[in-house]
Amino acid sequence: MESRVWRVLLSKTLYIIIGFAFFMPSISFAVEVLKPQESSVIQPEVKRNEFKESKIDTENFELGFYTGFMSVEDFGTNTVYGLRLAYHITEDIFVEAAYGTTTADRTSFERLNNVSLITDAQRELTYYNVSFGYNLFMGEVFFGRSTAFNTALYIIAGGGSTEFAGDDRFTMNYGMGYRFLSSDWLAMHLDVRDHVFDIDLLGQTKTAHNFELTIGATIFF
Amino acid sequence: MIRRRDFLKSDNNDKVWRCSFMPVIGKSYFLFVLMLMTWLLPVMDIRAAEEPQSLEVIDPYLEMHTGPGEGYPVFHVIERGQKFEVIKRRTDWFKVRVKKDKIGWVDRAQMQQTLTASGERTKLKKLSAGDYSGRSWEAGLLGGDFKGARVMTVYTGYYFTENFSTELSLSQIIGGFSSSTFVNVGLMLEPFPEWPVSPFFTLGTGIIETRSRSSLVQSRDRTDSSSHVGIGARMYFTKRFLIRFEVKDYVLFSSDNDNEEITEWKVGFGVFF
Repeated sequence: MESRVWRVLLSKTLYIIIGFAFFMPSISFAVEVLKPQESSVIQPEVKRNEFKESKIDTENFELGFYTGFMSVEDFGTNTVYGLRLAYHITEDIFVEAAYGTTTADRTSFERLNNVSLITDAQRELTYYNVSFGYNLFMGEVFFGRSTAFNTALYIIAGGGSTEFAGDDRFTMNYGMGYRFLSSDWLAMHLDVRDHVFDIDLLGQTKTAHNFELTIGATIFF
Repeated sequence: MIRRRDFLKSDNNDKVWRCSFMPVIGKSYFLFVLMLMTWLLPVMDIRAAEEPQSLEVIDPYLEMHTGPGEGYPVFHVIERGQKFEVIKRRTDWFKVRVKKDKIGWVDRAQMQQTLTASGERTKLKKLSAGDYSGRSWEAGLLGGDFKGARVMTVYTGYYFTENFSTELSLSQIIGGFSSSTFVNVGLMLEPFPEWPVSPFFTLGTGIIETRSRSSLVQSRDRTDSSSHVGIGARMYFTKRFLIRFEVKDYVLFSSDNDNEEITEWKVGFGVFF
């Protein structure tokens, strides 16, 4: 009998607590709204419309993804996927951080001789970099008679690191891109980049140039 | 009597427990969702609704561009006495709306030739060296040379006072024979922060994890602790940016009692808040 009473009590208490919690914010909100003004008889209502610069929504950041093709020197051309975050410092200069990944193919040496110089896990290439961009040519493009879009052609260069074939390799990258603003907050990118790093797979160190062509979309926030 | 005994029966307890509680839990889940929605009430308080801020032009006219850049053409002018609303901002350009349907971009310099809704001259903050000296946070990127290897660092620092700060940094060192990840924490002393190029001294400790190149025959991965001393200089650049240069001397305490001493120099930029 005790257990039944206890159970009933518990469920009832639960109801009460939930009900109270359910109504609490509304109660406090109502109390706040209906609070009698504790003031003197005459209270002139002076509402100052102050201009607050901090209340203006600033959209200097750009975040998005990109995809395309990356040709890893000797290792074939494959799809690359990446993420990009950019910050616009002035109307001309911006800084961008990117992270991308692609999976390389076998080299022709490996195919002809039926060997594997690197394992499949090592064949996955990931890179990250920080680059500075300069909006070289800003402009407008016209579609038909009454539609115009803002665009910018930019050049970009920077440095970072690439993990490939079991090692981290310092990478410089440079290239150019085209930003097409389909609306105020949405931009499409077409980007061409060359990633340069040193690689020494066959005993000899050589400088590899890896070209990348991508399209992507970013949002401004 | 029989009914009461039914309740007393222990082997049915679980079922009864579940039966009496399930509706409670089911209802409480529904109530929980409703509760969350009522919690939004104070947030959606209509009294505090955000309206776009309105400004009045005091210059002869204000030019509205089609885009946030100097090169974009002027397609409309806002005359003196007219009011407009500020929608948003990108770098130094403000997107404004006038007459309900005309939307364009006005630059910062022209925005200052306006009056606010309370009749005062619009003041837009221009970041200067004054903000730089009052900074409390700093973050940035540095790159340089770590005993022949390339080093890339991302750091963040907090200022306790104008002269004294602490810093946390993460570096990646890529060399011919190995690559390493280095985490460092340190203290910085800046005796003359008001100088245009202000020097600083740093002292700290860190942990370095080294991986040998896979192409080497004898590959040895190790983790060592280290300590460093260094000097450097900071210079205010523009807006929210500063330029930094530093030279540090590291001592790596390796497990085989063979401490390594490394000199590193780096240059880079930082953002301050």
